This record gives sequence, C-alpha cells and structure tokens, in this order.
Amino acid sequence: MKKTRKASFSKDRYIGLLYIAPWLIGFLVFTLYPIVASFYLSFTEYDLLSAPTWVGLQNFKELFKDKEFIKALTVTAKYVIFEVPLKLAFSLFIAFILNMNLKGINFFRTAYYIPSILGSNVAIAILWKFIFSTDGLVNQVLGVLHMNPISWFGQANPAMFTIILLRVWEFGSTMVIFLAALKEVPGELYEAAEVDGSSKLRNFFTITLPMITPVLFFNFVMQLVHAFQEFNAPYLVTNGGPMKGTYLLPMLIYDNTFKYYNMGYASAMSWILFIIIMAFTMITFRSSKYWVFYNDNGGEE
Amino acid sequence: MSEQALQQAEYARQRKRQLKKATKMTLLYGVLILVAIIMLYPILWLIGASFKSNADIFSSVWFMPKEFDFTPYIQGWKTGTEYTMGHYFLNTFKIVIPKVIFVVISVTLTAYGFARFNFPGKKLFFSLVIATLLLPNIILRIPSYMMWKTFGMLDTYAPLVLPSLFATDVFFVFMLIQFFRGIPKDLDESAKIDGCNSLQTLIFILMPVLKPAIISCALFTFMWTMNDFMGPLIFISSVEKYPLTIALKMSMDATGGAFDWNKIIAMSLVGLLPSIVVFFSAQRYFIEGISTSGIKG
Repeated sequence: MKKTRKASFSKDRYIGLLYIAPWLIGFLVFTLYPIVASFYLSFTEYDLLSAPTWVGLQNFKELFKDKEFIKALTVTAKYVIFEVPLKLAFSLFIAFILNMNLKGINFFRTAYYIPSILGSNVAIAILWKFIFSTDGLVNQVLGVLHMNPISWFGQANPAMFTIILLRVWEFGSTMVIFLAALKEVPGELYEAAEVDGSSKLRNFFTITLPMITPVLFFNFVMQLVHAFQEFNAPYLVTNGGPMKGTYLLPMLIYDNTFKYYNMGYASAMSWILFIIIMAFTMITFRSSKYWVFYNDNGGEE
Repeated sequence: MSEQALQQAEYARQRKRQLKKATKMTLLYGVLILVAIIMLYPILWLIGASFKSNADIFSSVWFMPKEFDFTPYIQGWKTGTEYTMGHYFLNTFKIVIPKVIFVVISVTLTAYGFARFNFPGKKLFFSLVIATLLLPNIILRIPSYMMWKTFGMLDTYAPLVLPSLFATDVFFVFMLIQFFRGIPKDLDESAKIDGCNSLQTLIFILMPVLKPAIISCALFTFMWTMNDFMGPLIFISSVEKYPLTIALKMSMDATGGAFDWNKIIAMSLVGLLPSIVVFFSAQRYFIEGISTSGIKG
C-alpha cells in the first residue's frame, strides 16, 4: 500500500509544479526581476534617456544630506505612528461592541464596512476635500457647536489629521477581521472568568486580547506595510501640502521618478523605505513569540 | 416583617440590575449609532450636495437640498473634456473585466497547486508567496515601468492587466489556499477513484465547493481595480485611454477654481455607483472573504 502510494506520488511529482507555473513565471518576471533591477538602479544615475551610469554609494550618501528626504521621512513616520494604532484600536473597539450579541448587528456591520470598500476610490478623496474645505461640512458642524472654524489644509498638523482620519474612517475591513477572530474565542473562558468574579474590562485584557493576538499581529503587519506606502490620500487630498507637511515618502519617490526622472535616486529612496518596512516587519515577527499566543501550537502557516 | 423587607430588598436589587442593563444597552447603542452617523453622514451630505446649487452647498449642514437640481449630473456626465463619463467608464471596464477573469483563473490554479500537491521546492515557493504578500510594491514600480517601456506597451492596458495572468495578486492565492485547506481531501480521493484527472477534479468537484471564495476574489479584484489610481497614473498617458479614476482627478484639477463643486461631487458619486451596486448585491462575499483570510494569518 505504502509502496504504491509512493510510486504514484513520484509520478505526480511535477503536476503541482505545473499548476503553480503561472505564478512562478509571474514571480520571476514581475517580482524578482524588478527587485534586482531596482537594487542595481539605486547605485546608478539614470534619467531614462541615456544608459544608467554606476555611481556607487553616492545616491545613498546624498540622501542622508537631502533635507527634503529627511523631512519626508519624518512626516511619514508621524503618519504611520498615528494612523496604524488609531485604526487598530478603533477597529478592535467597534468589533468588540459588535460581538456582544446585540440586535441589528448586521446593519451596523454593513454601515461601518461601506467606507472601507469605497474609501480608496479617487471620488472619496475628492469628497474628503470638500468635507474639510473652509466652508465644508466639518467647519459647518463646528459652527453649529459655536466653535471656530479650522483651516484644515492651511497648517501641517490639521492637514495630516484629515488624511489620517480618512484612513481610520475606512476601518471596516480591519474590523471585520477582528470580529471574525472575536467570534472564535470560546465562550467557556468568559463563563469561567465570571465565576471567578472577574470584571468585563479585566476579561478584555486577560482573555480577549491574548486570544486574538494572532489576528492582531496579522492586522498590525498589514496596516504597517500599507501605511508606509500611503500615496493616494496625500496626493489627492492635500497634495503633500501645506509646506510639504503631508508630503509622504512615496510621494517624494513618485515625483523623483515621473516628474524629474531621477530614476537612480528614486530607486535608492525606495530601497531605504523598503528596508525600513522590512525592519519593522522583522521586529514584529521576531517579537511575536513573546506576545502572540497560538492556540494550536503554531503550525507552519 | 423581615421577610417583606427581604423581598423588597430583592426587588430593589432586581430593579437595579434591570436599570443597569438598560443603561448599558442605551450606552452601547448610543455609541453604535453615533459611529454610524459619523461614518455615513458625510456620504449622505455629499449625495445631497450633488443636487444643490453651488451657493447652497456651503451654507447648510443639513444634507437635504431645498430642491433637486439635476444639472450637476448632466454637466458632470459631459465632464468638460472631449469625452463623456460613459467613455471613461468603458475604459475602466476594459481594464476591470479582463483583470477579474485573469485573476480568477491564475489564482485558482496556483492555490490548487499549493494546497493539494507535493512537489520539489514547495516550501521555498510557499514562503516566497508569503514574502511577496508582505513586499512593499513601491520597490517594484520603477523597474516595472522600465520593463513595459522596453516592451513598447506604455499607454496601453497591458501593464495593468497582464501581470494578473500570472497570479501576481498573491493575496488571493493566500486566501484561496486557506479555503482549500478547509475542504476535506476525501473529496479529491473519491473523484480520483471515479476516474477524474487532477484538472477535472478541480473544475468539477472542488470549484463548486470553492465558489463563494472565488466570487470573493472576483469581487475584491473588481473593487480594487475600479479604485486603482496609481497604476493608470503611471502607465496611461493619453486622455483618450484614461479610466474613470484619472478622469475624475483631471476634471477636479481643471475646474479646481471657485465654482462647479456640485458637478464634481455628482461625477464622483456616479463614479462610485458601480462599486456601491456590486457591494450591496454581494456583501456577504466581501465580509466572509475577508474574515477567512485574516483568521489564519
């Protein structure tokens, strides 16, 4: 029995490869090659017209003296530091409430989910501009509350706030993932805790949070990778302004690539951003064994 | 006497508990409703604004227009470029439809290969899928642009569509592998006994079971491609070929002056319409699809 199985296995040995062949080709052509090429380009000067010229580490040396780059890096850090935790905390909070077996949950779940489906659309970014414009909805509401209108796009911090808010407003898909995880937490755990007289709030920190750490981890990494690459919101809503206060690194890279054709320099910038993202992802992965609790003893996935 | 006091005390306790529960419920629903208003009122206000005159838009917090005026929509449809919105919609669909088909085919085959077969290098390849999932795309952009330039395919839809033929949308590969894992292998075995080869097993036995997951993939691809801005911004340069997203941004820049807000809002809303319709007609696929992908992350 064992023998025949083994024989058929070796016959089928390459069938699987055949199925993943499209992906393999795609990976080599559209992922691996571009990575290698961009690594090479980051050591060159290249304007798309003449062939790239090797300049060694010069791009990187220049970058660390480039005030615009340092500024974009700082602004990106500010964006990520606020956007990621805010979005995660808010998603988890709402998912927690939605998980309480209340009536009409489906309505609220749908209502909260809509912005995340539409949110990345250009139309929403345009609409966001109107909502925060000088006489826009938000300032009108402030007026009703007898508060002074704020010039949202006139200063760096409020402008940053509007794009962070746009992304937090799209918390729906993160929330749905949290909600699915919360539903998996066995109810007996809460019952046992209740017998011990533990409060709801305490339960959240001692039971719920530890049980959903794998999903928290997944969401955190995904949001981090996305946040560092944010382009649409600043490009469409604030156009990087005012005074480059929301000029995130991906915008700077875009401008250097497609406006100034500094392909080599832009590649060097992408690599720095890439290394930063990878470093954060690695730190999260490495640290995960201290704070992520796997129910089923890990597993390969 | 004491019994009565006891009863009263019990009654009071019960009342207190009920009251506490009622307060809690009010509080919870209060939060839920408040959040729902914050989430949805901007959309409602904008829908209202698209029927208002430009002067009225910025004079009231209330979303209902005093009277419904459809001229913003008529003007918006004409866009102010040489093409109507219909033209840009058509362009968008020329990208979206092939892309959805390509994604579904390539992603299903790849996920099937990973989920059901053993082959040399499987572990390595699977970790490459996961690595690509986390890979910041920004690193690929410049070389991809140069590659398509070399192919002479800039300003065509090929760079936006063709990579999907090769399962480059690894998020869906990952999602489908998770779904495949949930299907008992006995199903494959019995199909094999019935004389199905592996491709027949996939098409006739597994795909019907996987249907919800595949629909999720198709729907997400539809939404994300409808919304895609960066891709066309980089690769498409002639107005004639612009998809809706770029056309919207262009009209915004063109009329960015002091008037025509209602027209732009109307255009934006019309642009969102396909996504809204698709979402409401298939919302369970969205929510189920995304839940499953996260669970085993």
